[in-house]
Amino acid sequence: MIEQIVFYFFGGVLLLSASMVVIMRNPIHSALLLVLSFFASAAIWLLLQAEFLAITLVLVYVGAVMVLFLFVVMMLDINLVTVREGFTRFLPVGITVAVLMVAAMGLVVSSDYFMSDTYMVIKSIGPDYSNTKELGLILYTQYLYQFEIAGAILLVAIIAAISLSMSKSKVNKSISSEEQVIVKKTDRLRVIEMKAESNIQSKKI
Amino acid sequence: MNNIEQIYLAIVLAPLIGSLVAGLFGKFVGRSGAHWATIIGVAISSILSMVAYKYHMFDGGEIYNQNLYTWLSSGGIDFKIGFLIDSLSVTMMVVVSFVSLMIHIYTIGYMHEDPGYQRFFSYISLFTFAMLMLVMSNNFLQLFFGWEAVGLVSYLLIGFWYKKETAVFANMKAFLVNRVGDFGFLLGIAAIVMTFDSLDYTEIFSNVTQYADSTITIWGDESWSLMTVICICLFIGAMGKSAQVPLHVWLPDSMEGPTPISALIHAATMVTAGIFMVSRMSPLFELSETALSFILVIGSITALFMGLLGLVQNDIKRVVAYSTLSQLGYMTVALGASAYAAAMFHLVTHAFFKALLFLGAGAVIIVMHHEQDMRKMGGLYKVMPVTWLTCLCGTLALIGFPGTSGFFSKDAIIEAVHHSTLAGSSFAYFSVMAGVFITALYSFRLFFMTFHGDQKMDIGTWKSMHEAPAVVIAPLIVLAIPSLILGAFLIEPMLFGKYFDDAIYVASTDGHDVLARMAEDYHGIGGFLLHSIQHPLVLILMSSGFFVAWLCYIKFPDTPDKLVSKIGPAHKLLVNKYGFDDFNQLIFAKGTIRLGHLLWRIGDINIIDGFFVNGTARSVRIFSSFIRHVQSGYLYHYAFSIIIGLLVLLVIFVHGVLD
Amino acid sequence: MITLPEVLSLAALLFCISIAGIFLNRKNVIILLMCIELMLLSVNMNFIAFSHFLDDIHGQIFVFFILTVAAAESAIGLAILVVMFRNKGSINIDDLNSMKG
Repeated sequence: MIEQIVFYFFGGVLLLSASMVVIMRNPIHSALLLVLSFFASAAIWLLLQAEFLAITLVLVYVGAVMVLFLFVVMMLDINLVTVREGFTRFLPVGITVAVLMVAAMGLVVSSDYFMSDTYMVIKSIGPDYSNTKELGLILYTQYLYQFEIAGAILLVAIIAAISLSMSKSKVNKSISSEEQVIVKKTDRLRVIEMKAESNIQSKKI
Repeated sequence: MNNIEQIYLAIVLAPLIGSLVAGLFGKFVGRSGAHWATIIGVAISSILSMVAYKYHMFDGGEIYNQNLYTWLSSGGIDFKIGFLIDSLSVTMMVVVSFVSLMIHIYTIGYMHEDPGYQRFFSYISLFTFAMLMLVMSNNFLQLFFGWEAVGLVSYLLIGFWYKKETAVFANMKAFLVNRVGDFGFLLGIAAIVMTFDSLDYTEIFSNVTQYADSTITIWGDESWSLMTVICICLFIGAMGKSAQVPLHVWLPDSMEGPTPISALIHAATMVTAGIFMVSRMSPLFELSETALSFILVIGSITALFMGLLGLVQNDIKRVVAYSTLSQLGYMTVALGASAYAAAMFHLVTHAFFKALLFLGAGAVIIVMHHEQDMRKMGGLYKVMPVTWLTCLCGTLALIGFPGTSGFFSKDAIIEAVHHSTLAGSSFAYFSVMAGVFITALYSFRLFFMTFHGDQKMDIGTWKSMHEAPAVVIAPLIVLAIPSLILGAFLIEPMLFGKYFDDAIYVASTDGHDVLARMAEDYHGIGGFLLHSIQHPLVLILMSSGFFVAWLCYIKFPDTPDKLVSKIGPAHKLLVNKYGFDDFNQLIFAKGTIRLGHLLWRIGDINIIDGFFVNGTARSVRIFSSFIRHVQSGYLYHYAFSIIIGLLVLLVIFVHGVLD
Repeated sequence: MITLPEVLSLAALLFCISIAGIFLNRKNVIILLMCIELMLLSVNMNFIAFSHFLDDIHGQIFVFFILTVAAAESAIGLAILVVMFRNKGSINIDDLNSMKG
């Protein structure tokens, strides 16, 4: 009973903040509302007994990703006035499409094909049950390879981000000392032979 | 190969070798080399033809029917090259090679200053080869080869002076009209192959009676007599080659070629190929009375109406051309009346006197410095006595003056038509009788206008004119002799004897064998002459024609102009040649050009270029210009299309799930 | 008791809100990236729900990895955004149409 009330409360917060993310004019507001939706979602996940992931969500997503978002939003100079054109023109179409999708998904979910009444089982959990431990048991044994690959993905992301946004500044006049030491005369100097001008003396000065 | 086979092969190949030498090596052998090579070739052919003639006719040689070479064998039919030498072919061989020899000699004088001298000799020798192949063949393939080859050489020779626009027009006309006839001929040959499964004469002739009553369905349900269809198709080929109405239009235009070829091809030999072919196919034609009536009517129309056209021509060669057309009509009429031997008889005599007339006209033209308009001639008998005499012989033979060979052959035809009972024979009789009057009229018109009357040239030209050179005169003299006396010798054996018995077949059914009926009344040459005096209609017509010509052109020379003004519309009709040329030009020539233009405009430009080629490109462009708006560059458009796609998939999935 | 369909419907709604957000957002690339995060969040919600109701820990493992990849992706996305802003001077989506056909 309590569960349901909590669930509906946080679900409502989640949905509301998600829609506000889309509707809001100011991107800072949108980002902060997204943070709120993440918090609500984490609460729901706690209800569903995925504690580790709930906390991870808050730590990683809110703590890192959303902070990054806010950095970027504040860094870019956004003209607030021109942000909102075209919103109302396509609102009916967008709403229609979204409603259709919801209806479709809802039909699927609530049908007999889904056999949702068999999923009402609540597993019994003892006091020693640690979600983290369970995750770790599987993650580092069965999914070790995938774990390492996930690390590699992150590494690739770092490199990509750096290489994308690195600008080779053309005005850098720094001296590279190692280059200077190994330079030779032939790199800098070239001796040529030239015939003397024959009619120089004939020119009147 | 025994002697006689070698002789036959030499007869055919000698002109070909002469033609190749003169044609391919003309520059090396020079002018005299060219004419010697070809004359020797044709002389060999001529002498050997006479040897073969003597062998067949007098020494009792049997019919020679052998295949020399099988060209290919396909679908059960063998395509061979072979010779069939019997009385019909050996007669034609003699005529063709002898007249060709005369023409070759004549050409030395006539084409003396022409730059294409060697080319001309090569062509006329090639023609002799092709014509000999035609008459000596024993199957339809070789016949058709010879047929087409003579048509080709005729085209080359009519357009010999190819830089003249009228000559090119004429040779195209000749070839195309010939082609129309050849189309009918091919249909006939195809029908024969379909029925008899063979191209060989003897195989066909031996099986022909079993198909006498069979029918053939061409379109829908109408069934036609097979023999009639075959014979009419074959005759259409003869109409094209022998210039019967309406395929006659090429012959007057063919006078654009040099006179020697008018004499050789368009008087004596090529145009007689059609007559020869029908005579050769007599077993086939005898089985179809419809076809014979058709031939009769066409021949009589040609004989009468073409003769009328000869009255209004002013070009000396055109008069003789229309005379040829009329005489060919006579031969065709004889064929229609089943008097094949009479047609062949007239063919032989006509070859001699018509070639003579053409060569005489050529001599006149040379002396007149290539002036061909008769209105500018006159009084030439003083200048060219030998030509005058020989032309007189030819003209008398042409009108059928009693005693000349033309008299015997023409009267034989008139009698044969009179005895015939086929449908259309009365019209034919009327035509040939009227034709006698008209022939006499135009022949003496030509004679008087050219050789008699007041001279119309200035004194200076007159004084410089003299008789034509010896090479030109000699053939005239040689040809005049058979024109006068040959008929008397040949009439009895050819028409009433066994001359053509091994070659021409006349059915003994009622009314067909007119010559047999004539034979009952025949009492020798003298009797023939007497008969013609006792039934003098023909003689009266002939003399009245002579008399009218004398009146109009000697006695009262301004009569023709007065007559023309009185019968204006009729005169105009004749001058326009009954509108045949205008009709052909307007409907066929211009029509084809317009059709081509229409097809070019609609078919080529609009449909092929516009619709398919450019249209494909244009539709690609339109389509792509429409599609490219999908790629708008906006991210949300792309995302939206992803979402729509997802939605569609979802709906499909849900729809499948819910059922 | 929370039932599975309820959670799944919640996740579906969240997903559709984010889709509408992508479509309706015309002028701001940052909102676009935030909507992508919301989409990933809804997917994660689905996984957690299934993991809970099917008593299978593997769903949560999946969420773990999704989280990792989502973080990496948002970092790179923002880097691209920064570079774009540097070159074009605005983060207007309508200015990004140089690939227009």
